Amino acid sequence: MSGIDSQYCTFRVGEMFFGLEVEQVQEVIRFQSMTRVPLAPAEVHGLINLRGQIVTAVDMRTRMGLPHLDDELPMNVILTGDYGKVSLLVDEIGDVIELADELFEHPPNTLGNDVRELVRGVYKLEGQLLLILDANAAIQVAA
Amino acid sequence: MDEDQELIAEFLVESRENLDQLDEDFVEYERAPDDPLLLGGIFRTIHTIKGTSGFLAFNKLEKLTHQGENILSRLRDGVMEFRPEVATALLKMVDAIREMLDHIEGNGNEGPGDYTALTEHLRSFVEVDEDATDDEEPRVPLIGDLLLETEDISREALDEALEEQQEGDGRQLGRILVAKGETDPVAVGEALAEQRKAAAPKNSSDQSIRVDIDLLDGLMNLVGELVLARNQILQFTDALEDSSFTAATQRLNLITTELQERAMKTRMQPIGQIWSKFPRIVRDLAASCDKAVRLEMIGRETELDRTILESIKDPLTHIIRNSVDHGIESPERRREAGKPEEGLITLRAYHEGGQVIIEISDDGGGIDLERVKAKAIEKGVIGTDAANRLSEAELINMIFQAGFSTAAEVTNVSGRGVGMDVVRTNIERIGGTVDMQSPPAGGTMLKVKIPLTLAIIPALVVTTGGDRYAIPQVNLLELVRLEGENARRSIEYIHDVPVYRLRGSLLPLIHLDEELKSAGVARFDHADSQEAPDNAVHEVSSDETVNIVVLQADDRNFGLVVDEVNDTEEIVVKPVGKQLKDIAAFAGATIMGDGRVALILDILGLAQKAQVLSGVGESSRHDEKGASRDGDDNVTQPLLLVSLDEASTGAIPLSAVARLEEFELDRVEWANQEPVIQYRDRIMPLAFLSREVESSARHRDHATPEREDSDDRGETMQVVVHSRESESIGLVVSGILDVVMADVRASARTSSGSRQSSAIIQGTVTDLIDVDSVVSSIVPLSTERADAGLAGGTSH
Repeated sequence: MSGIDSQYCTFRVGEMFFGLEVEQVQEVIRFQSMTRVPLAPAEVHGLINLRGQIVTAVDMRTRMGLPHLDDELPMNVILTGDYGKVSLLVDEIGDVIELADELFEHPPNTLGNDVRELVRGVYKLEGQLLLILDANAAIQVAA
Repeated sequence: MDEDQELIAEFLVESRENLDQLDEDFVEYERAPDDPLLLGGIFRTIHTIKGTSGFLAFNKLEKLTHQGENILSRLRDGVMEFRPEVATALLKMVDAIREMLDHIEGNGNEGPGDYTALTEHLRSFVEVDEDATDDEEPRVPLIGDLLLETEDISREALDEALEEQQEGDGRQLGRILVAKGETDPVAVGEALAEQRKAAAPKNSSDQSIRVDIDLLDGLMNLVGELVLARNQILQFTDALEDSSFTAATQRLNLITTELQERAMKTRMQPIGQIWSKFPRIVRDLAASCDKAVRLEMIGRETELDRTILESIKDPLTHIIRNSVDHGIESPERRREAGKPEEGLITLRAYHEGGQVIIEISDDGGGIDLERVKAKAIEKGVIGTDAANRLSEAELINMIFQAGFSTAAEVTNVSGRGVGMDVVRTNIERIGGTVDMQSPPAGGTMLKVKIPLTLAIIPALVVTTGGDRYAIPQVNLLELVRLEGENARRSIEYIHDVPVYRLRGSLLPLIHLDEELKSAGVARFDHADSQEAPDNAVHEVSSDETVNIVVLQADDRNFGLVVDEVNDTEEIVVKPVGKQLKDIAAFAGATIMGDGRVALILDILGLAQKAQVLSGVGESSRHDEKGASRDGDDNVTQPLLLVSLDEASTGAIPLSAVARLEEFELDRVEWANQEPVIQYRDRIMPLAFLSREVESSARHRDHATPEREDSDDRGETMQVVVHSRESESIGLVVSGILDVVMADVRASARTSSGSRQSSAIIQGTVTDLIDVDSVVSSIVPLSTERADAGLAGGTSH
């Protein structure tokens, strides 16, 4: 057992189960009305007013080439980092879980391109795999 | 260790601040070497740096500054004479200190630089011993010296009084002198005040504290929030009719406004802060071009927002460099022109109408308009034809075009690629304007206008496609609202390009919704996937209203068609994420009163995207390297297609077209057998490019000399108005057809008269009308050329 476990905030996009280090997540909020940004890359869903700060919302489904859900509104995972604040629109929010480092593995090369560039590694959980999202890559959208 | 870091950080901040001041003081001192206060300040700075660097064990720095201090103390004591070499050596020392400070900040050490040579060089000025002054604090001027300076007392009287004092007179020197009747108490009082000022220059720090910039920015953000919250509450007040609530919100309103002003003030800094580097720059530059230049700075206390201050630093530096390099002539030339050898550059800053004006003027040779014109044509910035039509002011402002430099040769100072166009772009980016003038007194004057702050700006809010957008008020000229039939009729199309005649001038229109649609992908909550075809023509039905926001960008006007014009509002400009930074059409975003986000339009970016700027009146900006051109006719340019006789087509460069007018044939009058028309209270000569129209005009006129009685009024003719040097000439054509962009490769075929050559445009053989030759065949009535014997023209 190595000493340092990490805590991950988890969420789902389509079939996939993702995790992000809790340090990178500022908060999780319900879907907000947004101002769309014409001419922006398709992944940019719009701008939200987060208590006076303007935050760009990046749609994870579009980011990974998945179709939109018609009947459900996505949730906002607000990331914070060197890049400022960015919201990721995801399908569903999961728990915050603590994971031991030995369960970590690098992503398999066979993972589809759309997804692989976003994933830093995989935790082998019971019954499912947790994909660790590379936040910097996720918010990188082509202009 | 942490404490050390803190000390070092403080040392860096303080030293840099002092060094900036030092540069200025040095240059000033060189000019007035007998000012003891200036030297005192310089000495103090170096002394402090020496002391602190010794304490923090920066030995190289300590050694270097020690030598500098020795020189300074000798200068101060009058033991050594101040010579230019000494000044240069000391300035070099300042540069070396800066270098080391940079290293200390970056790596924590003084860096690899070897300063022994410089240290030795400095030492060589101090010939003998160096013990004299070591750690002595800078001296406060003596009261006696001050009185001598103001010529209140004589040297003998002072000596006498000093002697008395040394012999045991317990009274102060001033009292002795007054008692002896050598001076009066007022003069002594003044001298004492002077002395006190010199002794305690640093005490102002008691009145101020250092505050981290992030803290201020954070504060400003919160105030912005408060402003928005206030706006929301004010909206409620309108709905609720509760007088005590209204009173409370009124107070909130006032306090918020006041707070906003004060908070803004905390970020204001005097412009002198960025000016302080200029005397040194001017000095070094003037020396390297063998010129003598003095810099005068007026209004250095004028305050500006910190962020703006940062962004005008480089443009101003560039302008100043330009003034020294190009503006001020060599001493010989100045002497020949009867001016003092020393050139003068004046920097002036002041507030005017909520803006800050910065004027940079020089008393140099001014702008050689002919050279500007020649250069512009040579560089392909503008065609010969267009250049001749430019007014003086327009010509001067050509220097802001890309790829322009009038310096006959590229010096190492300017002409290195960063031109005045960059200066203008940078200033316009922060919502400012820059204008060049050549005052009659000679020299040049650049006037830069910039907003006080960028954080909160007035803006016009419009709605298009259900979304709100904010348009910065600086870009706004006027609003035009067209209703019903009028809307349908007033918007005309030149080859699918909508235009509106605004008081006779053609105003190109762009539809905001179309401009913002191109990348429109259907999203799940705003599904408007209706893609417009590229050149979609907006059909205006008769019951619709059209809102045109007339905007200005880059000296060009255009109309932006929006669905709805809402209101003007003070908006708080917020940064957007980097995902959106590349979209040129947006300058940022803001939060509206209802808490929703609205995008701020970048008018310049939008105009460039819509390519609305690269048309009328200017044939610039499509010239890149390699485009060889042997005349105006060989490049792609917008052309106005007109119909001439017997269904033949003519093309006039759009750059030569000032306006399109329609006149009744009756209005043609004849002066000296030349056709003219009264146009805007002036006489405008006409050139008939269409013989059919000419004959009917001639016929009508001769047949019915009393035009007022004519029955068949209403028959009209189409006139293309061409202007140059404030003269207008009307080119009469049969009809206006279209505006096209065409690469006119003139065919070899030339025909007689004004239609020099022909080309194939849109599959039709088209006469290229040479406006120059048409014009020269007409006698402009109001100029001296009238008697130059050019009579004849096209009508005879």
